[in-house]
Amino acid sequence: MALAKLKIDTTEARLADVDVPQGAAWGNAARADAMARVRQMGLPTKRDEYWKYTDPTSLTAVNASEAALFVNDEGPLFADVDRIKIVFVDGIFDADASDNLIGEGVEVERLADAMATDIHWAKDLYGVLEARGQNPVERPLAALNTALATDGVVIRVTGKAAKPINFIYLHKDVSSDAILHNLVKVEAGAELTLLETGPAAARFSKQLEVEVAEGGTFHHVRAQGRDHERRAVTHCFARLAANSTFKSFTLTFNGVLTRNECILEIVGDDAVAHVAGICVGDGKDFHHDDTVFVTHDALNGESRQVFKKVLRNGATGVFQGKILVKEGAQKTDGYQISQSLLLDEDSQFLAKPELEIYADDVACSHGSTSGAIDETALFYLRSRGVSHDDARNLLTLSFLAEALEEIEDEGLAEDLRARLEGWLTRHR
Amino acid sequence: MTALDTVEVKEGVDQETVDAVKELSGPYKHGWATDIEMEYAPKGVNTDIVRLISKKNKEPEWMTDWRLSAFERWGKMNEPKWAMVNYPDIDFQDIYYYARPKSMEEKPKSLDDVDPKLLATYAKLGIPLKEQAILAGVEGAEDMPAEGRKVAVDAVFDSVSVGTTFQAELKKAGVIFCSISEAIENHPELVKKYLGTVVPPSDNFYATLNSAVFSDGSFVYIPPGVRCPMELSTYFRINAENTGQFERTLIIADKGSYVSYLEGCTAPKRDVAQLHAAVVEIIIEEDAEVKYSTVQNWYPGDEEGNGGIYNFVTKRADCRGDRSKVMWTQVETGSAVTWKYPSCILRGDDSQGEFYSIAIANNMQQADTGTKMVHLGKNTKSRIVSKGISAGKAQNTYRGLVSMHPKAKSSRNYTQCDSLLIGDKCGAHTVPYIEVKNNSSRVEHEATTSKVDDDQLFYCRSRGMDEEEAVALVVNGFCKEVLQALPMEFAMEAQALVAISLEGSVG
Repeated sequence: MALAKLKIDTTEARLADVDVPQGAAWGNAARADAMARVRQMGLPTKRDEYWKYTDPTSLTAVNASEAALFVNDEGPLFADVDRIKIVFVDGIFDADASDNLIGEGVEVERLADAMATDIHWAKDLYGVLEARGQNPVERPLAALNTALATDGVVIRVTGKAAKPINFIYLHKDVSSDAILHNLVKVEAGAELTLLETGPAAARFSKQLEVEVAEGGTFHHVRAQGRDHERRAVTHCFARLAANSTFKSFTLTFNGVLTRNECILEIVGDDAVAHVAGICVGDGKDFHHDDTVFVTHDALNGESRQVFKKVLRNGATGVFQGKILVKEGAQKTDGYQISQSLLLDEDSQFLAKPELEIYADDVACSHGSTSGAIDETALFYLRSRGVSHDDARNLLTLSFLAEALEEIEDEGLAEDLRARLEGWLTRHR
Repeated sequence: MTALDTVEVKEGVDQETVDAVKELSGPYKHGWATDIEMEYAPKGVNTDIVRLISKKNKEPEWMTDWRLSAFERWGKMNEPKWAMVNYPDIDFQDIYYYARPKSMEEKPKSLDDVDPKLLATYAKLGIPLKEQAILAGVEGAEDMPAEGRKVAVDAVFDSVSVGTTFQAELKKAGVIFCSISEAIENHPELVKKYLGTVVPPSDNFYATLNSAVFSDGSFVYIPPGVRCPMELSTYFRINAENTGQFERTLIIADKGSYVSYLEGCTAPKRDVAQLHAAVVEIIIEEDAEVKYSTVQNWYPGDEEGNGGIYNFVTKRADCRGDRSKVMWTQVETGSAVTWKYPSCILRGDDSQGEFYSIAIANNMQQADTGTKMVHLGKNTKSRIVSKGISAGKAQNTYRGLVSMHPKAKSSRNYTQCDSLLIGDKCGAHTVPYIEVKNNSSRVEHEATTSKVDDDQLFYCRSRGMDEEEAVALVVNGFCKEVLQALPMEFAMEAQALVAISLEGSVG
């Protein structure tokens, strides 16, 4: 009990000087509710089971640690893709740099504008999936994001979107502390591809709530930038109706601390949910954490989690994944794999792949492996005249292939593959 | 199961085998209680009770102090809540911490002096007469001719060890096998050196409570280079109502020795839950090997979840020496709530740890069990095979840790945990923790959850089996890897247990 009280006191002290942004009635109410959730749960500490492998201290501290600006010599990602660009600089929407927010099949508005409108569809989504996602595992940082988000956009997809939407996050201030909250509502039968690129800020808290209605499709591809000193916590909450599809892929390079949480709830029959991720990290101060929670609460659902990590020079990779199959969610097919390739003696991989199953007619499996590059395979390639470095790149890329294949659009996958190859060549 | 009565016994099949299986069939058969005059210490736990237990066991002062410091620490600890089990709060002051059969106050001279009810208890448990005499503490019983199989048995009845068999023969080999209270009296140097070094008194809530109030248990010491001439076995029996059983087992395998140790447990049917909080410590020196097999069949409570044993056990083996080896095999079919993680600390280079487990939970049973493999030495290997079966409204969780320390170069772990669900009201869960801190080690973890395969069931049915038999057969196949790791006598019993534990869970 003493411990719980200490946690609440610490949380109160931390929140004492925090200003909750103001807007129209429903926005204020949603933020106040979220703030109440944070107060009730308390901010996370290293002692929490859910933060066993990742220290949240720098994410909850009053001030963000500085992060040096990073000059990316590779040019912007997805440059050849015809897309609607929405640009945020240090977490603030930049209208001039962004494209016109009008697209075929999509309606895009700034969060502040939606919140200023008394009657708006966003009211039924903002903080709603986040609040649902607090059970059975508490995610106070997500609630804090809902309470304090300073910017974001809300997207309603009414048909098949003609172009992908690309959120581009730029980082220009060494001590920026950005809190973004975006909403996507995919209406019945509609379809959208969302791209997210860039480093965002010195410290970045980002949340995405996605509602996919019956027969809707949502594709999500994101690349977290190559800057070294970023700290980020991201949450993606999604709710899937019958026959809908949700596919998300995240590529993370570097960063001091990254925690990506993805919380999916399948509520309609025959829905498909895939989450995948690759992270590559170099150095003692690299810490990457993928935390996934998939809930099956309908018949005949399919879910896949595919996560791969390449770690070197003392980098740390964390995977916490869970498949929860509720009573009655029969014929569920759940799959989860988390693998890491440790390129040297000092790196570490910490994993907690969980299954919690209350229905008997299901097939669920998970696997987790960790190890070094296969010396025999390396020797074989060397014997065929491939240089040591090329052979290692080749084997590493083949290790990552299973996760890259989760991206349906081959062009996007190829762009990311090229970036990975560049990274591997630079870091050897 | 009546099916056995009508089955024609094939030529070559031992009638004894058939009887043994028949014997094991049927609902929980150890549910009877023996109405024996007992001596109790007052209910509840406090420093006086701790002192009393220590005094009853005629312990030296250092032991009493050891217990008291554990008790003081326990008062500051909180009950662990992280396991996936739900049970009403335990009132630790509403339990008897010490109970023993009155007839044990003075050593009986012959079997005639022994409380016949105590003898009947052993007969019901299937212990041969000669062993009964020894267990009952009859003087000179050791010299009686032994009959049949040779397994040295130590039986713990409620709080006290009531007797150990084959002590003389073991002595010839230099093996010490006795109750831990005797060991404290006769071999204090060994107890002092090893007790609490694997599971320290501060380890966890239940282990700390055990350290303070353990009343008895078994002690084994295998001297260097000795291969223990027979299997050692302990029977635990909770008989009295409202008692807790806190036994403590200490096994020391010195350099180059080998021992196989079996443990079996039963308890009567009571409608109030009873607590069992044991600690098992195993120390394995260079080149030594220990096999520890458990068939845990505590009373699981009735179909509504009333009564049953809360089984909160801390078991740990410390592979201290290079090339040492430990193998845990467990068949968990009983207990209302199980909270148990037999662990291996692989400290010595090239040491090996293995864990084979079948956990079956039926009706309202809850099991949260698994293992910890902590790799500290180089080239250490571990293997985990866990099979969880849930039926009725039961919840079955595998929880395990595989940790590769930075210095545990070139180590290897393979984990396989499979769950089988029978019925749509039960749950199966897997919570593995994997921590890899060097890259020359390989860790692989696999888990699956499925239901009993319809095709396999259909095939068995088409060959004339009834549905329950068919399920039992498929389940036995599912468990095969673990059953094969058990010593012969146990494998038979375990196989039959698998069948009876699932009785009535079909459809």
